Amino acid sequence: MSYAIETLELTRTFKKGKKKNNSNSKQPELIMALDEVNLTINPGELFGVLGPNGAGKTTLIKILSTLLLPTSGIGLVDGIDVAKYPEKVRKKINMVSGGEHSGYGILTVRENLWMFSQLYGMQTKVALQRIDELMNLLGMQEYSRLKISKLSTGMRQKMNIIRGFVCDPQILFLDEPTLGLDVQISREVRKLIKSWVKEKKEKTVLLTTHYMAEADELCDRVAIIDNGKVLACDSPSNLKTSLKQDAVFHIEVNLMLDNLDRFNQIPGVRKFAYEHKPHTGRTDLKFILENDSYISAVTGEISNNGSEILSLSKTEPTLEDVFVSLCGKGLEDENRT
Amino acid sequence: MKTELRTNLKAIFGRAYVRLVGAHREPSWLISEALLPLLSTASFVYVYKALKAPEEYTGFVILGGAMTAYWINVLWSMAAQFYWEKEMGNLELYLVAPISRMAILLGMATGGFYLASTRAIFVFVVGSLIFKVNFVVISLGKLALIFFLTQVALYGLGMMFSSLFMLFGREAWHTTNLFQEPIYLLSGFFFPVKSLGFTIGLLASFIPLTLGLDGMRQLAFKGGKESGLLNVNLEIGILVILSIFFLIAAHYALKYMENMGKKEGRLTLRWQ
Repeated sequence: MSYAIETLELTRTFKKGKKKNNSNSKQPELIMALDEVNLTINPGELFGVLGPNGAGKTTLIKILSTLLLPTSGIGLVDGIDVAKYPEKVRKKINMVSGGEHSGYGILTVRENLWMFSQLYGMQTKVALQRIDELMNLLGMQEYSRLKISKLSTGMRQKMNIIRGFVCDPQILFLDEPTLGLDVQISREVRKLIKSWVKEKKEKTVLLTTHYMAEADELCDRVAIIDNGKVLACDSPSNLKTSLKQDAVFHIEVNLMLDNLDRFNQIPGVRKFAYEHKPHTGRTDLKFILENDSYISAVTGEISNNGSEILSLSKTEPTLEDVFVSLCGKGLEDENRT
Repeated sequence: MKTELRTNLKAIFGRAYVRLVGAHREPSWLISEALLPLLSTASFVYVYKALKAPEEYTGFVILGGAMTAYWINVLWSMAAQFYWEKEMGNLELYLVAPISRMAILLGMATGGFYLASTRAIFVFVVGSLIFKVNFVVISLGKLALIFFLTQVALYGLGMMFSSLFMLFGREAWHTTNLFQEPIYLLSGFFFPVKSLGFTIGLLASFIPLTLGLDGMRQLAFKGGKESGLLNVNLEIGILVILSIFFLIAAHYALKYMENMGKKEGRLTLRWQ
């Protein structure tokens, strides 16, 4: 079977400054952005790559969209090697990144979108018709003749999303498409992505995100990635089912706890993650326990440290819990550091 | 093949459109890009008048003043442009598109030429009217040819610089500044370049405007030939070579920049 996207041992390293080694000669320090990534994505699939910032999601998209060469391994798009035949790959793809500020402030929204459509050789009439349709879908009609320098961040991102869809690519790369958007606009963007894939069965979307709800809602399958490695790859429901035997507890305590490593020492704690809330002076704790009976040991440890439990709930596993169970940290932890 | 050509032509027009529209949409350019250059050009005219220089020097200055529009455009809107495109996030969209990268540069150059021409024509026409410049055109055909070749070579140089400047990264701004004023001197924007001496004039001829201006002055003004650096036909020949050289060099510089960028990740990392 021919995959829409396939990666074979795909690896990418970046040089970071210089550091002295034992022989005193300066050698660049290497950062492993992607570490032998193997993925297969089927035609018509909406595939998500979920991971914290710096996990390697964007590097993966940059390689597959021919903007970056892999250090080793192979990336195939519609069976074509992205490193060897980038020109052929480009005929099949388009890409949208979250928070991008592309376009020219002197042009209107419609003109900008038309300009980008010309890079794909679209006939002006067809392009403008499609632009108008998509603007209607995303509620942007009234902004059509506004210069993009006057657009809000949300509207600008809607325009970027439209840009990605205008040329109707076979494979669309969406890199954090709802980054920094408010709830309403994010919802509209997700709706457009879903309906596009649903309507056009042969189209494939590779979407990266660090919003677990987004991956859960949109994706047929999700790869969880951290430090350049794929830790798991399955449908969201299967990933969550893998935690069914475990007990997932959320606890809120009234202090900004420190020395949190001790919670990992408690028998029965499989994984543990936390989030400090400086504005409230509280800490959110998340425990994945082997079973319910271990919760008393956890609450005992919290009480022993003079903290008060403000809330305790046992929840159904989410994708974030899956991430915690695989990585031993929450998706937001990377952002804090 | 036909489809590819059509796509690339559309891409050229699409990218040029930004500047075609930009030439008229914000009329403030009349002050910053036409009126102010006209004032600095006028000051040179008055210097020559005060020194009782030959009449054709007024025409030399007006022509040089008009041509500065192209040099500024090539430096700021061609050479430094890829760097700005990267910062805005446009560069990666161009590189992901199924088009020749040269199409983007050609689009930038075509639009840039039009935009600069609106400024140059303003300075040329208004300056000529105010100072009553007397033109004695020897050969209109050669004049048009030398102007055309100067533009091809000049924008070819700009296309080559655009890739090289991007590799300089954030130094692009300083590099552009570094090139701007010295070329006014070396290319003889406001005086016949022959005054610099034959050797310096010849070395300065690597910048196409030097020979372009010199040739146009020889062909458009009485007494222009006496102050010319080289024979006009020879200048035309050199400009043809420069045009071909810069366009080929631009192609390879672009390839080098793209490959290097893809290896090092510089095409997409901002502020690098």
